[in-house]
Amino acid sequence: MQEELLVTARDNALIDPSLHIWTWEVAMYLFMGGLTAGVMVFAAVMTLMKKDEEAPFASTQLAVLAPVLLSLGMTTLFLDLEHKLFVYRFYTAFQITSPMSWGAWILIFIYPVSILQIVATLRSGYPAVAAFSDRIALGRLITDWCETHRREIALAAIPFAVALGIYTGILLSAFGARPFWNSGVLGPLFLISGLSTAAALVALIARQHSEKKLFTRIDLVLIIAELGLVALFLINMATGSGQQIEALQSIMGGSYTLIFWVLFVGIGLLIPLLLELLEIKGIGKSLAMLAPVLVLLGGYVLRQVMLDAGQESSWSNYPTQYNSELLERLK
Amino acid sequence: MTRFAMVIDTKTCIGCGDCVVACKTENKVPEGLNRDWVVEATNGTYPNLTTEFRSERCNHCSNATCVTLCPTGASHHWNDSNIVLVDAEKCTGCKACIAACPYDARLVMHPDGYIDKCTFCHHRVEKGLDPACVSSCPTKCMHFGSLDDPSSTVSRLLKTRKFKVLHPETGNEPNVYYLI
Repeated sequence: MQEELLVTARDNALIDPSLHIWTWEVAMYLFMGGLTAGVMVFAAVMTLMKKDEEAPFASTQLAVLAPVLLSLGMTTLFLDLEHKLFVYRFYTAFQITSPMSWGAWILIFIYPVSILQIVATLRSGYPAVAAFSDRIALGRLITDWCETHRREIALAAIPFAVALGIYTGILLSAFGARPFWNSGVLGPLFLISGLSTAAALVALIARQHSEKKLFTRIDLVLIIAELGLVALFLINMATGSGQQIEALQSIMGGSYTLIFWVLFVGIGLLIPLLLELLEIKGIGKSLAMLAPVLVLLGGYVLRQVMLDAGQESSWSNYPTQYNSELLERLK
Repeated sequence: MTRFAMVIDTKTCIGCGDCVVACKTENKVPEGLNRDWVVEATNGTYPNLTTEFRSERCNHCSNATCVTLCPTGASHHWNDSNIVLVDAEKCTGCKACIAACPYDARLVMHPDGYIDKCTFCHHRVEKGLDPACVSSCPTKCMHFGSLDDPSSTVSRLLKTRKFKVLHPETGNEPNVYYLI
């Protein structure tokens, strides 16, 4: 027998009995970060592939969602901070070994690049807004410049967007102290999931049939890639260190098993995969809206379940007999 | 890097918890929060059981992952030593360092919100004193000093006694030693 337990009081909020420092606010940010990355990548790729005719929404209107979604995510991220007044401290330092520091600076670059992307397609995507901004000489000048450099802007947007999408995964994987996160697969997994949710968003919003079809096909490929990465992650954990094998139990019979397998893999990946396959074959048109909704839900669930199960995994985990409620009774 | 170490003799520790009380008093740690704690480890099968008490805290790691993962530099090594401190004025309360600590030794300070932890009582160390927990130990099982000085008590104990550190596999190079 080996038993280790706490014999003095330790009931630190958010840390005991097991770590629960990050909740929905951070999961929402990770989701929105991935979605924003995907939105920017598709807006750029459609521009580079000259798909204005086949996919008018993605190539001329989609980009506007990037700063909106990212701002929503950054708002929830801000809500998570415990020492909010000092949020500016992210920008008084650059810590090369901290993925979170990289992320903070990537966000700073994402906004201007994203604005350029929007302006470059303002006249074709949002003629009413363009008519308004074109009344001002400076507005006209900027829009002209962006339109001429639309290709270059698209080329620049891709690496920044990929950095945003992949860093959210690297951020978690860099925590050696949390065995469930300690896998290099998380970076690519979060990136592919972000692209997949963005493709689903386009399939959901786009009006033109050719565009819905194109993005359903793209999403199909991305879901298959994501399933492959999920498999790699599971292999990585199952064949990893003792701590990782133990951490894996949380989704292999432990408390997150149903959320991971039913809600994420089943409802978030496999069912939309099947629905999209049917849709491409021309069957089940009435369910066309369902697949993208499920993909978006699955994208969020992936972040939430990884965040929760990862925090529970630990190197030191002592059961405690301390009960703070008993202390209250003494008062 | 100056290396300060704490050496705790599990053979003479009785798990009284005085170190925990001393820390709370010295550092005015708010109610409900603890920078150190005592673990009772039982090994074996009845009737052949062994018990070990361990007074635990931040390990002031030489390769501290809380420092490398802090996005703002708030978590830092004090005066080029291994003592890890948090600069509250630089801390955003993002909690990355809490997730980064394999010993779960950090806490969120209430009500302010910055991240707090054991400081090895650097304010006492500066004056040549031992940390509060060490100086209050009634069985004198706790020792503090510099590993750079071969004649210090901690250096001598580690030369002559069997010891262990917690989770050396993390690569964090912890500096709280347990004599076994």
